[in-house]
Amino acid sequence: MLRLLLTCSLLSTFIMFTYVPAMAQDDLLDLLDSTVDDPETIDYTFATFKTTRVITSRSIETPAAGEMQFLIAHRFGRVNGGWRDFFGLDQANIRMDFEYGITDFWSVGWGRSNVFKQWDGYTRVKFLRQSTGKRKMPITAEALASVAMTSGNWVNPDRRNYISSRASYVFQLMVARKFTRNLSAQIMGTMLHKNLVTSRQDKNDIFMVGAGARYLLTGSFGLTMEYHYLIPDRIVSPIDAPKTDHSFSIGFDLETGGHVFQIMATNNLGMTEHQYFTSATTGQWLKGDIHLGFNVNRVFTIADYEKMKQKKEARRLKKEGPKD
Amino acid sequence: MKTILILTALLVTSLTAFSQKYFTKTANVTFFSSTALENIDAKSNQTTSIIDFATGEVVFKMLIKTFQFEKALMQEHFNEKYLESEKYPDATFKGTIDNIASVNLSKDGEYKVNVTGELTIHGVTKTYSTAGVITIAGDKISVNAKFPVKVADHDVKIPGAVKDNIAETVDVTVTADYTPLKK
Repeated sequence: MLRLLLTCSLLSTFIMFTYVPAMAQDDLLDLLDSTVDDPETIDYTFATFKTTRVITSRSIETPAAGEMQFLIAHRFGRVNGGWRDFFGLDQANIRMDFEYGITDFWSVGWGRSNVFKQWDGYTRVKFLRQSTGKRKMPITAEALASVAMTSGNWVNPDRRNYISSRASYVFQLMVARKFTRNLSAQIMGTMLHKNLVTSRQDKNDIFMVGAGARYLLTGSFGLTMEYHYLIPDRIVSPIDAPKTDHSFSIGFDLETGGHVFQIMATNNLGMTEHQYFTSATTGQWLKGDIHLGFNVNRVFTIADYEKMKQKKEARRLKKEGPKD
Repeated sequence: MKTILILTALLVTSLTAFSQKYFTKTANVTFFSSTALENIDAKSNQTTSIIDFATGEVVFKMLIKTFQFEKALMQEHFNEKYLESEKYPDATFKGTIDNIASVNLSKDGEYKVNVTGELTIHGVTKTYSTAGVITIAGDKISVNAKFPVKVADHDVKIPGAVKDNIAETVDVTVTADYTPLKK
């Protein structure tokens, strides 16, 4: 008995002394870190832009899954109209836009603008998402397809008019990167196809390349700018005079709890890509043909984000079994 | 005889020294903000923790990004503007259970404990002291604690526009089931 006890004690003492150095962590937090490897997850970059628009152009942001984004946009007349036009504020162009996030990377939407009395529907997909962690991706890339129909009276009611003449199509590719917490930038290439153009010399397909950026000064306030270069000689119609110009806009984003306000100065009266490079962008900055305007964005939760995630997780568990 | 006693004592201590650390990586942490305008709650079930019953030491580490909100926009604002999770990815707690001696691991039951330690949120460390309950059922150990955290104490700035929507003090609840740490 004594011998057994002695042996046990010696053995356990031996074990204790050999193991103690390994166990003696200076800090239990270090032990925690060495015990758990941080789970390898994909960390998607969030809040590249405050909202779904850079200024007038779309940003790569889409509403989160289950959320509806309601946007009201106003563009006023030209500031060089002076006091008589109250610096353009007498006239207002308006657009309403509803966009719904089916998933975090796919949305559908529709809108109506009084410019050209145009209805439009669109869908867009982020096919690359900037991320760190398990999957490293330096950029977010997104494709947009949009169809618009004008609903005004025919310009030329005497001739035979086709309903298809009211339609125009937009395809856009956007690539964006959030460089730092404050600085994000985006480049985009856009193609607009108009079924009906003013004259034979006008091309049906119009192309533009653009860039936009935002710089946050505080968490809720940031400066924005955006430029679209119109590939020349595609809009030649003399009737489209004054000449359609490249679009340049500057503005700022102001975020309150559930709203994002975007205030801008632009030579572009258009509020969708269908309108930019038609007669809507005729103002010239240097001549003071500047429109003031704003977007108000409001998000509504339609479907419960968390519940959807739980369901997704449950489906995954059913399919693949638990993670460990 | 004396030698045997000493050696037996050594045996006992050496045996217990191995089974005293308990561990979890699925601790639930929720916080709840209540104002006249709205209630906001967020949950994370990916908090990791170790309790060392030999010394009474306890640590927690929570990843800010894992907190789930009811509204995606709240989650974005929480990460982007308030907790700045890109800059401060985790919150940690490092403390001691003051009355660890009263907890008997081999006896099932509920034990009331007091925990004191340093909580680091948003890069700012503050000392907290709170009461909690440790429940022992076989080799399953669960922990329950609830304590208030003043948002301003951790240098979390809430803009004026949402001051009425977010409480100055939020209630943090921790519930966790531990298993022995095998290492």
